[in-house]
Amino acid sequence: MMLQIENLHASIGGNEILKGVNLEVRAGEVHAIMGPNGSGKSTLAQVLAGRENYEVSGRVLYEGKDLLALSPEDRAAAGVFLAFQYPVEIPGVGNLYFARTALNAVRRHNGLEPIDAMDFLALARERMRLVEMDESFMSRSVNEGFSGGEKKRNEIFQMAVLEPKLAILDETDSGLDIDALRVVAQGVNALRGEGRAMLVITHYQRLLDYIVPDVVHVFADGRIVRSGDKDLALELEEHGYAGIAAS
Amino acid sequence: MTNVLSSEVREFATKEYQYGFVTDLDTDVIPKGLSEDIVRMISKKKNEPDWMLEWRLKAYRGWLTMKNPRWQNVEYAPIDYQDIIYYAAPKPKKVLASLDEVDPDVLAMFDKLGISLAEQGRLSGVAVDAIVDSVSVGTTFKAKLAEVGVIFCSFSEAVQNHPELVKKYLGTVVPRRDNFFAALNSAVFTDGSFCYIPKGVRCPMELSTYFRINTADTGQFERTLIIAEEGSYVSYLEGCTAPMRDTNQLHAAVVELVALDNAQIKYSTVQNWYPGDAQGRGGIYNFVTKRGKCAGVNSKISWTQVETGSAITWKYPGVILQGDNSVGEFYSVALTANHQQADTGTKMIHIGRNTRSTIVSKAISAGHGQNTYRGLVKILDSASGARNHTQCDSLLLGGDCGAHTFPYIEVKNSTAQVEHEAYTSKIGEDQLFYCRQRGISAEDAVSMIVNGFCREVFKELPMEFAVEAQKLLSVSLEGSVG
Repeated sequence: MMLQIENLHASIGGNEILKGVNLEVRAGEVHAIMGPNGSGKSTLAQVLAGRENYEVSGRVLYEGKDLLALSPEDRAAAGVFLAFQYPVEIPGVGNLYFARTALNAVRRHNGLEPIDAMDFLALARERMRLVEMDESFMSRSVNEGFSGGEKKRNEIFQMAVLEPKLAILDETDSGLDIDALRVVAQGVNALRGEGRAMLVITHYQRLLDYIVPDVVHVFADGRIVRSGDKDLALELEEHGYAGIAAS
Repeated sequence: MTNVLSSEVREFATKEYQYGFVTDLDTDVIPKGLSEDIVRMISKKKNEPDWMLEWRLKAYRGWLTMKNPRWQNVEYAPIDYQDIIYYAAPKPKKVLASLDEVDPDVLAMFDKLGISLAEQGRLSGVAVDAIVDSVSVGTTFKAKLAEVGVIFCSFSEAVQNHPELVKKYLGTVVPRRDNFFAALNSAVFTDGSFCYIPKGVRCPMELSTYFRINTADTGQFERTLIIAEEGSYVSYLEGCTAPMRDTNQLHAAVVELVALDNAQIKYSTVQNWYPGDAQGRGGIYNFVTKRGKCAGVNSKISWTQVETGSAITWKYPGVILQGDNSVGEFYSVALTANHQQADTGTKMIHIGRNTRSTIVSKAISAGHGQNTYRGLVKILDSASGARNHTQCDSLLLGGDCGAHTFPYIEVKNSTAQVEHEAYTSKIGEDQLFYCRQRGISAEDAVSMIVNGFCREVFKELPMEFAVEAQKLLSVSLEGSVG
C-alpha cells in the first residue's frame, strides 16, 4: 500500500475541516477526489504535504512510514509532490534554477550526487516538451507574471522533473481553458505508471475526461462519503453533489 | 577576476561573525580625545605640508560649531568624542622598500581575512590598498598600474607625491563642512585610498581598498578620492571588517569621486563591519559621506552597495549630475538583522541637461532590525529633460522588524520626469511552504528568496563580489527563520 489514511482530522483556529478521512491508495493507481467548494479537499492536500497551520490527528502511513511525523521537505524527498492550486511567485529566482535546486535537494536527501547544470538543462528541455512549455520560461522568475494556465503547466513540469511516487494535484484544472487542460492532462498521463500513485482533486468532471481515474471518491463536509469507479464521476455530473450526498 | 573578499578561503557555515578576531600588532597609538593639538599631532605624524594642516584645522573649527545630527531614523546613545582614539597605526618595523617587507603579522592578518597582499598570489586581477586602523599598510600592483599612468596609492602618499592633484580636488565634492561627520573626518582623517585615472585610460584591473579596524577604542576616519579624467574608466571595490567587541566603534569615512567628460566610475561596496551581537551589544557605527560628481558631459557614476554589517549604517552615496547627459546610478542592498539599524539611500542632484538617474534600493529586515530608505531626487531648473527612476523595495522576515521609506523629491524644471515605485513584502509562509514542498529546506529557501529579491542589485556587482555578497546574505540571515 502506498498511502493509508485512517480517521484523519484537521482543524484550523478551532474550526474542524477534515472530519475523519479514510483512504487507501496503491502504487500505480489514480484516485479522483471530487467535491463541492469548501468541503475540505484542498485541506486534505495541504495536510498530506505538511502545511503546518493545522492541528492534525489520525494516522497517515506512506509506504508504511508515519507521514505526519515528517517535515514538508522530508516528505518531498520521500516522493510526495503537491501541484498547488495557487502556485506562488518567487521574484528574481529563475524557474530553471528553482527546479534544479529542488531536484538536487531531493537527490542529496536520497544520497545521490547532484545533477550538474548541463545535464539538468537536457532533462528540463525534455520535460518542458511534455507540457508544451516554451523554453523562455526557463529563465523567467518562478511563476512571476505567468498566466493561470502557465502556472499550472509549470507545476506539472516540476512534477515531471522530480518524478514523485505520490503526486497530489490540487484543482490543477481550475482556471484552465480547454487547450491548456488538454496539455496539462497530457503531461499528467505521461507520468502515470506502475510505481506512481496520483490523487487528483477536482471540482469538475471534465478533467476526468482526460485523466481517467481508477477510483473516484466524493468528498463532502470533511470526509469521503462515497467511492466508486470512473462512472461515479459521470453520475455526479448528472445529479450534482447534493444528489450524491443524499443518496 | 578574483576579489578582495575571497570566497574559497572561507568557511561560511558558521553562524558567528567570522572576522571578529583581533591581531596582536605592535601599534603606535596617540592619547584619546580631540583638540587642535590632536589634529596637529596627526598632521605631524603624517609629515604633512602646511596647507594640509591648515585644511584640517579649518575643518576642526567648523566641526566645533556643528551639532551631532539627530534627524536620522536610528537610535544610539550620544557619542563621547573625547573617548575615541583618533590615530592608531601598526608600527612598521622599518621603512618599506616593497610590499614583501610588510610586517608578516599584518600579512597574516589579511591572509586570515582571505586577502592576499602577495602580488604573485591569486589576486592577479585586483590591486588592493590595505588599510589597518588609521593607515595604509600596503598597496599592490602600483608599478603595473603606473605603466598606464594610473596612480593608486594611500592618501598619505598622495599628499606627499601628488599634492597638486589632492589640492585641486580635495573637498570639491564633499566640502569640509558638508555635515557633522564629514567635518570630523576632514579634521582627523588619517589615511585612505587615492586613485587617479589619466585621460583616455581604461584602468586595466579592478582597484580595491580593504578596511580593517583592529585596535580597540579607535575611530576609523579614512578618506578616499578618485579622479577619472576625460574618457577614462575605473571600477573600484571596497570591503570592510572589524573585530567583535562589546563597545561601539565609530567609522566616519568620506569618499569623493570626480568624473570628467565621458569618464565612468563604478564604485562597489561590500560592507561587513562587525554588526554587534544578538542582544545588540557592540558593533560599528558606520557614518559615512560618499558622493560623486559627474563634472563632465556624458560622464557616469554608479554606486553599488551591499550593506550587511555595522550596528548602525548611516550613509547616502549620491551623485551630483553637473555635466549635460551625465548618468548617476545607485543600487543598494541593505540588510538589518538582530538589533542592527540602517538609514541609507542616495541623493541625486540634477543640474545638467538631460541628466539621468536610476535608484534601486532593496531593504531586508530580520529579527529586530530596522531599515530605512531615505532618498533625495532634486532637479534644478537648469536640468531640462532630466529623468529619474526610483524603485525601493522592502522585504520583512518575521514580525519584530521594520521597514521605512522616506523619499524626498524636489523638481524645479517642468520637463523633468520622476518616477517612484515602492513596495513592501513579507517572505510569506506560502513562499516558504512552496519551496519546502519541493524539497528545499527552510533555511535554503529563505536564502533563495532573499537572493532573488536582491538580484537586480547583485547583477551590478563584479561577478566574484556578487557571489561573495550572496554568501554574506545567507550567513547574516542564518537563524532568522523560526
